[in-house]
Amino acid sequence: MMAIPWLTLLGLVPLVGSGVVFASRGRGGRIVALSFSLLTAALGVAVFFMTGLGEQVRWIPTIGAWYALDADGMAKLLILLTVILVPLVLVAEWSPGDPNSAATPLSRWSGESFAALALMLESFTLFVFMASDLLLFYIAFEATLIPMYFLIAGWGGPRRAGAALKFLLFSLAGGLVLLVGVIGMYVVSARDRTPSLLTAELTGLPIGQWTGRWLFIAFFVAFAVKAPMFPVHSWLPDAAEQARPGASALLVATLDKIGTFGMIRFCLAFFPEASRWATPFVLALAVISILYGALMAVGSKNLLRLVSYTSISHFGFMVLGIFALTTASLSGSIFYMLAHGLSSAAMFLVVGFLVERRGSALIADYGGAQKLVPVLAGVFLTAGLATLALPGTANFVGEFLIMAGAWRHHLVWVALAVLGTVLAALYVLLAYQRVFTGPVSPQSAERLHHDLDAREKLVIAPLIVLILFFGFVPRPTLQVAQSTAAHAMAQIGATDPQPSVPTGSR
Amino acid sequence: MTPPTIEYGLIAPLVVLILAVVAAVIVEAFVPRHTRHRVQLGIAVISQLLALAFVTVGWNDRPGQAVMGALSIDGPTRMIWALLLVFGLLAVLLYGEKRIGGGSTAFAPQANAVPGSLAEREAIAARQENTEVFPLFSMALLGMLVLPAANDLLTMFVGLEILSLPLYVMCGLARRRRLLSQEAALKYFMLGALSSAFFLFGTALLYGYSGSFTLADVDASITRSTQALPLLLAGAGLVSVAMLFKVGAVPFHSWVPDVYTGAPTPVTAFMAICTKIAAFGAFLRVLFVALGGIRWDWQLLLAAVAVVTMVLGSLAGLVQDDVKRMLAYSSIANAGFILVAVVGAMATGTGLDAGRSGSVSGTLIYLTTYGLANTGAFAILTTVRQAGGEATSIDAWLGLARRRPALGAVMTLFLLSLAGIPLTGGFIGKLVAFTAAWQGGYGWLVLFAMAFALVTAAYYLRVVYVMYFAEPNTETDIVHPGWPTGIVITVCALGTLVLGLVPGFALDLFANAANFLR
Repeated sequence: MMAIPWLTLLGLVPLVGSGVVFASRGRGGRIVALSFSLLTAALGVAVFFMTGLGEQVRWIPTIGAWYALDADGMAKLLILLTVILVPLVLVAEWSPGDPNSAATPLSRWSGESFAALALMLESFTLFVFMASDLLLFYIAFEATLIPMYFLIAGWGGPRRAGAALKFLLFSLAGGLVLLVGVIGMYVVSARDRTPSLLTAELTGLPIGQWTGRWLFIAFFVAFAVKAPMFPVHSWLPDAAEQARPGASALLVATLDKIGTFGMIRFCLAFFPEASRWATPFVLALAVISILYGALMAVGSKNLLRLVSYTSISHFGFMVLGIFALTTASLSGSIFYMLAHGLSSAAMFLVVGFLVERRGSALIADYGGAQKLVPVLAGVFLTAGLATLALPGTANFVGEFLIMAGAWRHHLVWVALAVLGTVLAALYVLLAYQRVFTGPVSPQSAERLHHDLDAREKLVIAPLIVLILFFGFVPRPTLQVAQSTAAHAMAQIGATDPQPSVPTGSR
Repeated sequence: MTPPTIEYGLIAPLVVLILAVVAAVIVEAFVPRHTRHRVQLGIAVISQLLALAFVTVGWNDRPGQAVMGALSIDGPTRMIWALLLVFGLLAVLLYGEKRIGGGSTAFAPQANAVPGSLAEREAIAARQENTEVFPLFSMALLGMLVLPAANDLLTMFVGLEILSLPLYVMCGLARRRRLLSQEAALKYFMLGALSSAFFLFGTALLYGYSGSFTLADVDASITRSTQALPLLLAGAGLVSVAMLFKVGAVPFHSWVPDVYTGAPTPVTAFMAICTKIAAFGAFLRVLFVALGGIRWDWQLLLAAVAVVTMVLGSLAGLVQDDVKRMLAYSSIANAGFILVAVVGAMATGTGLDAGRSGSVSGTLIYLTTYGLANTGAFAILTTVRQAGGEATSIDAWLGLARRRPALGAVMTLFLLSLAGIPLTGGFIGKLVAFTAAWQGGYGWLVLFAMAFALVTAAYYLRVVYVMYFAEPNTETDIVHPGWPTGIVITVCALGTLVLGLVPGFALDLFANAANFLR
């Protein structure tokens, strides 16, 4: 009996939905898109609890490429994140009109097109997380750029075209560097045996020391652009500032996770020696990202830029956890990917609601908004507290594990990274203070006259619930992350530091 | 003296095309003017389909030499023939398109009338339609089939000339902007004649070195002697110059932008891909069969040519404001990318496992994917018009995708394929071509190629950008194409998608047909 190819189904449902929505122009398109995204979400949640999902079909035999899908713990968490976020974003961006270009109505660029592109993006993103063949991964990885480019360039601020181009060129550059790595892996794999691009076959392949290091650099650079790390981050604030908040949420919460995902899945697994060799450099970059992102967030005058800089800081934490090379920090990183996905999406969406009302993202244009839109203020504060990793939120669990795990190996780096958490409190609370407290400015009073409506509450509520749920009950999810972390540790041949005080009876 | 033997079975496709040329000339003389167009198009299409059928039927026949060893009919030859005939078919359909031009083809009603003269105006008023492009087309295609199959340098030269002369003429036949078109033809002719002279001179020097025109004999001489003589190096260099000229590689590229822009778009579409396929096929045969023994010499030289070609093709393309001219520079850049695959010199003789993709299959796959995207883009180019003529300036393309979403989407697909974005054929082409180079020890060249692929992506994406995000230019007419152009666009789009999604079958086919007969 043929087993049902659940993962293929999961990946194809949103793509089919995208095609249907593109084909059927009209008001019904959004309902159709939402239905498809909900179906995908149901499939995604079902897949989370399934085992033995692997699929493998010959695809391009000449170069040993397979259509191979699988989902390990980390992939399942990210799939879960993606399938939960997309329907919420679709509801949040129910009518992504463009107030800035009211003079030139974009008839073709309707809400239906936005939904269709978001579904297409979801499909490719899911394939990225599920691919267990390097070429398939690469193809999906690059394919995500196309819908994302149109999502940024089609709706949003007046300078969105430039921002979209910048995003595309950075990503394409990273992608081509990755292609160099992919070709290199193929050449290594074809050297004295039948070539295969299955990740399982490529793992543990004997690679010459310097070949391995160069290939590691190719992979790492590509993922560093994606995750954005300092110094290749500059496209993110621009893109996030100009794009619709929903598009930014998809970009930061799911798409950028491909960077950190790839570091664990490929950099660590393919190049254990090179990973250890590069650790000091990577950790330094990670800490710079943490501090730089945080400082820039403190100094941001624009709420959307602020949120994107916080993400750069948080991606620094994830990379720190990955390259600290302990089971605890790795599982912390994986868990943090999920937590950050939820909290950053919540931040972007709630800031989006605020900006839509006020018509400006500049912090200076606000003041005293708490009195006008109290529910929105409360939601902002909650999402903000999650962003600064308050205990009780999922982010705290991730950040704590990363630092606790890295502590024994890299005391100095962790000490510096802690400064990032202090700064996090500063940028979140400062932003809250400037926007929501103080005297009410007349323009604010005029524009901020209605609080969150039912649709907006429907979007935010699940995110807040999940952030708190994973914060108070992290254990089941953490175990899933831990399985991947332990596996990665075994592949790289690293051992956890032993406690200097033996555990004994008290 | 033994009578010459001709293996008709092996060279059946050539025979079909020769007959087609003869038939086409007779039709020009005897068939009444008003039915000529249809008959000529029919002859060209049917002869190519027939030739393609012969190639397919004989696909698995044992490779062999034909016509007293003048032609070698082996895997690469059959593969190249099939490609030439497929792209030739697509191009000739564009030749036959009449609906776009409001009932007239893209060619001058009376080519011998001086531009702007009374004779020309009368010809236009009488709605004259000359069909001499069809015999010229079949003749050029015949030369293209001979060139990569030639087993000795003289036959190769004959093929080169048969393909070049009709092309020179066709370049000058544009219906509109005739002076530009005639200038293009003259320029192409002058430089082309020069490159032919280089080829002949190189042939003479190689004959002086080895005492034979046959490629295998040149190889035997190289193997016998322990050192490379200046005579050999000079001969090899001069022959290469002619080939590099035909593919449009820097520094022999200066004709490309003007000729591509000036020639009628169907001719440009034909020339851009079919000439490249034939010339690269012949170049590979010369390099791998005759000059395999000195590949350490030519690899590095060609690598340098590839780098400058990519640099110029990609950077100069960035500043073009005309889509047709941009595609001309893109063709230069792509010649550089294809050279990257050639430089690797990965073949079964040099350490490639049987059934894997090497330089020959890498080159041909790249050419296939490039050809599909490029032909499709040129076909769409013919439908964008202003005041009755083609509007190739980028201003005319503003907002095109918003006015015609389907056409815009297909054009986007072609441009993404040219840029080498995954899910399109262009990506697979780049992947396979660059892999061959890296396996041959040219990893650094792959790095260069990637960097310039990014630059070329910038100018393709610029077109995508203006099509979607600029305010539509209402002066531009987007003409509904007739069935011939419709077929071309559909086939190219489907081919690009299929090669991008499920390239396994095609790659196998190419990889198994990549061994030259020595």
